[in-house]
Amino acid sequence: MALNEIIRSKDLVCEYITRDEEGNVESIKKAIDGVSIDVKAGDFVAILGHNGSGKSTLAKHLNAILTPTEGTVWIDGKDTSDPENLWSVRQTAGMVFQNPDNQIIGSIVEEDVGFGPENLGVPTDEIWERVDESLSAVKMQEFRSNSPNKLSGGQKQRVAIAGVVAMHPQCIVLDEPTAMLDPNGRKDVIRAVRALNMVEHITIILITHYMEEVIYADKVLVMDSGHLVMQGTPKDIFSQVDTLKSYHLDVPQATLLAEELRKSGLPLSPGILSGEELVKEICQLL
Amino acid sequence: MVREITIGQYYYAESVLHRLDPRVKLMGTLIYVIALFILNNILGYVFAAIILAALIKLSKVPFKYIVKGLRAVLIVLLLTISLNLFLTPGIQLVHFWIFTITAEGIKTSVFMALRLIMLIMGCSLMTLTTTPNNLTDGLERSLKFLEVVKVPVHEIAMMMSIALRFIPILLEETDKIMKAQAARGADFESGGIIKRAKAMVPILVPLFVSAFRRANDLAMAMEARCYRGGAGRTKMKPLKYRRADGVSYVLMAFFLAGVILISRFGTLPFEVIA
Repeated sequence: MALNEIIRSKDLVCEYITRDEEGNVESIKKAIDGVSIDVKAGDFVAILGHNGSGKSTLAKHLNAILTPTEGTVWIDGKDTSDPENLWSVRQTAGMVFQNPDNQIIGSIVEEDVGFGPENLGVPTDEIWERVDESLSAVKMQEFRSNSPNKLSGGQKQRVAIAGVVAMHPQCIVLDEPTAMLDPNGRKDVIRAVRALNMVEHITIILITHYMEEVIYADKVLVMDSGHLVMQGTPKDIFSQVDTLKSYHLDVPQATLLAEELRKSGLPLSPGILSGEELVKEICQLL
Repeated sequence: MVREITIGQYYYAESVLHRLDPRVKLMGTLIYVIALFILNNILGYVFAAIILAALIKLSKVPFKYIVKGLRAVLIVLLLTISLNLFLTPGIQLVHFWIFTITAEGIKTSVFMALRLIMLIMGCSLMTLTTTPNNLTDGLERSLKFLEVVKVPVHEIAMMMSIALRFIPILLEETDKIMKAQAARGADFESGGIIKRAKAMVPILVPLFVSAFRRANDLAMAMEARCYRGGAGRTKMKPLKYRRADGVSYVLMAFFLAGVILISRFGTLPFEVIA
């Protein structure tokens, strides 16, 4: 296995087993079915998929909250199904969840950020250093002594990210971190995540169903009913508008407009992602 | 509809008492309560009252905040006074219908009432000058010795601090559910106690469901951040004794000694009844 691969999974299968009251198996649902992925260290990877496509289940495997029914997941070369690796896997791959309220443990912002390092047994002085660093990495220093209850959703989510950053992970998995936020909060969170990726070189796995958040990614994976159905750069993925639609996914508005223009005869290049790009292309035509 | 509730009734002020280590304050409260039960004469009560008054002055907490705590125990207080007053046997002073008041009865009931009032005030002073977080930390450290007999002290303290964090969130949620129900015609305001209590059921059910869901999410988030119980954990804000804390312990010892001396030798001549 190549050294620079931080996350690797091979033929991953995850089954949810429903049992009736006597404990007999009622039904088996494969939430993930034969997924193999490789993520290079330092990459920004986005995972797309509509509800029930298995993307959140996949995320939980990367942090060893769930372990594979079949197949294997390696985080930094460590097998997640080995109980001995559990804590080092969780430290290597931090996780941010959807609901900001339900993942903040401390009743003061800085205490919450310190919770992870406390669990790792980091000495007190270093906890303070890490808390300072992580809060400034997500631009939340000025709120450090506030109660989390007084913050907006986007701010809470940035505190949650700081809490993970303070554990010095090599990789952060974000499971729909912006699903419950307003547009401004969403922008702030994505900006913070991109900064971590570019400045601190932390590998990012962003699970989302907002297409606008995906255009910054190095690589996009598309999931549908437990299978990995597409992977490539955002340009590759979004140039296949019809395929995406068949998986109940939308494309960014600029891409959609470009696609429609192309269909009606304008010679635009496929896979236009942003409004600026589209404007530039159209200007060149004039 | 849901009233603003301040949890743990902390009153912010800059004072020596606020800055003391929570362990010192917990110990102090314990000693004060013990002292109140050792006391048996007027001089002792005066001594305890003066100390309490001095501490209240020192804490910069307005007196009315401390008295507020007494309202909650008013009924207990009245009950204690009347039971002691009418049921203590001894020299009869007044007698009417089935009630008899004795000299001993008056003495015990007055002492009992003073004891209760000072006890509540002393405890309120502690909770008013200590933040809930500090209090939990202090309890965790002071009760650490119970881990020898397998009491999960750290876990209990963790539960307390999580409860403190989630109380405002759940209150907000209750408010939302009540409004949603009211919007669909639910009536929480009219009718007797039983009818109103029945109206609460449709609020409690969704509230419990949501609380369990939150608990599940939170447990997962804590595990994802490598929480594995108290062992091997370091503290971001460890409790450290300062000079003032040491001085307080010495003063406490003096106080306790003083109380014991007074209850031994401080009984005034006229107090001895018959």
